[in-house]
Amino acid sequence: MQEFLQQLVNGISWGAIYALIALGYTMVYGVLQLINFAHGDVFMLGAFFGYFFSRWTKIAQEPTLFGFFATLLFAMVACALVGMIIERAAYKPLRLRPRLTVLITAIGVSLLLENGGQLIFGADPKFFPSLVAETKLYESPTLVISNLPMIILAVSLVLMILLRFIVMNTKIGKAMRAVAFNREAASLMGVNTNNVISFTFALGSALAGAGGILVALTYPKIDPLMGLLPGLKAFVAAVLGGIGNIPGAVLGGMILGVSETMVAGYISSTFRDAIAFALLVVILLVKPTGLLGSRVGEKV
Amino acid sequence: MKRLLVFAAIFVLFLLANRFLPQWIDSYYLHLTILSCINIILAVSLNLINGFTGQFSLGHAGFMAVGGYTSAAFTYYLGQKLTSALGFLPIMLTKNLIFLSALFSGGLSAAILGLLVGIPSLRLRGDYLAIVTLGMGEIVRVLILNIDAIGGARGFSGIPAYTNVFWVISLTALTIAVVTSLVNSSHGRAFLSVREDEIAAEAMGINTTYYKVTAFVIGAFFAGMAGCLFGHYLQLLHTNSFTFVKSFEIIIMIIVGGLGSISGSIIAAILLTFLPELLRYLGPIKDWRMVIYSLALILIMLTRPQGLFGSREPNWRRFWPFRKPSPSI
Repeated sequence: MQEFLQQLVNGISWGAIYALIALGYTMVYGVLQLINFAHGDVFMLGAFFGYFFSRWTKIAQEPTLFGFFATLLFAMVACALVGMIIERAAYKPLRLRPRLTVLITAIGVSLLLENGGQLIFGADPKFFPSLVAETKLYESPTLVISNLPMIILAVSLVLMILLRFIVMNTKIGKAMRAVAFNREAASLMGVNTNNVISFTFALGSALAGAGGILVALTYPKIDPLMGLLPGLKAFVAAVLGGIGNIPGAVLGGMILGVSETMVAGYISSTFRDAIAFALLVVILLVKPTGLLGSRVGEKV
Repeated sequence: MKRLLVFAAIFVLFLLANRFLPQWIDSYYLHLTILSCINIILAVSLNLINGFTGQFSLGHAGFMAVGGYTSAAFTYYLGQKLTSALGFLPIMLTKNLIFLSALFSGGLSAAILGLLVGIPSLRLRGDYLAIVTLGMGEIVRVLILNIDAIGGARGFSGIPAYTNVFWVISLTALTIAVVTSLVNSSHGRAFLSVREDEIAAEAMGINTTYYKVTAFVIGAFFAGMAGCLFGHYLQLLHTNSFTFVKSFEIIIMIIVGGLGSISGSIIAAILLTFLPELLRYLGPIKDWRMVIYSLALILIMLTRPQGLFGSREPNWRRFWPFRKPSPSI
């Protein structure tokens, strides 16, 4: 039972991170119907921005809670900028082209960020400074709950609530939903779709950047290819919950995180990477639009 | 009779190529040529699924892996027994017979997986299908990683080096010939109609289910053969060669060449195999080669989104010197 609880705690904190990344995928998919393959690499950039920021500002030497939040904020803002630049430079010129073309461009951007990252940051892994000292909140012989998963969970929850507030209660959020519903009609109603799409990318990339910092807290080894697999799995999480659906992304991320740690803990860690996809295949075979996705009627 | 003669001539030509090509060109370029032939097989077969039938598959590396590992297990575990059983035949013939059956076993096993992947394609469309095929590829990779008899995480080494220039060129030619004639047949029209408009195709009495699954099975079959060539060429298979990144590479080839253009796929496969290698000659900025490669990809997509050839086939006959004069009307 205790071991189960331990796995559950780890699973939920991983799930929260998957959910943060998946939110970016699902929002971009909502407005553009584009699988933004570069999103996982923005997540990697977030970790690196945090790494360099915390070293330059000497936060790394004497970590404080304030320093952690400053790093988090910096990484989020920097990633938001990167996301907007990517959208403007690589995706916007292709707005009217077939979706497949944009998809390949996204793969190209992803390759560019990975290879550019290897060139600029170096291919060898870096060690992320421990910005938050690990303390044990609860300890028994079989169950250790440290503060890190709790911080991850708390930060992601706050960010998700913030996101929900932005999407549901602000003007720009309303515009985002309008663009996701029907881009042309939204632009006829006076919504500046280009700005809304840029804002969506900024929002999603900021969440991915935060995810990068949170992962680096628990797994401090960061390298330019670290975004590849988590990015893909977060996309799987988004599809699992029904792509384009914001609560679906959170649900999918949580399911994925928990089931992955359970499989790694109880069966074998080598099957860890397969469970995400196996789950995906099974769920999509039963419900082809994901758990919370709505069936879009076919237009004839 | 004439056709038979042409086949015989091609066969002899390929045998000659097998004999003399390794002497004429540098081994490094021979290596690249063999790799680009394997990539041509992969790209052309994927083009049948993605370009002609319009099903977005991202799992081609998975088919390749299954074919490669099955055929490698075939030659590794059964090769010895078959060699002694067929002892009365000349050794050259035995070797090539075993390789031929290995090619078929690889192709067949991949085709069976293609059938299994083709079935969900009946329910899923577009991006959902893409991610399921990608997932299938990754599941296959993780499963292989956990089977110890075929190397597991160490990689499968000790595969006999059966691949030679003859097999590589013949299979490339075979793939191109089969896919081209398939696409130009009435079946090909059915594939195209599924791509253009599934509902209209169904209304015209085309069994869209059948054609979608067929495209997957045939595409997978050739990918499996490519995997067999790959394994028996490198003599080592490792699951790291078959990640989704490999699938992306093949997708990039067919998109750069133009979806639904076979000549486009061929040229893009050659170009994209050689490009990262040729960029090594850039001298001081050679560290930038992968960055240049990805930038080139983005730029091609921005400036020529339909791919180099679009979906057209260039009229190669224009360059054929021995054509009959066109009848004047």
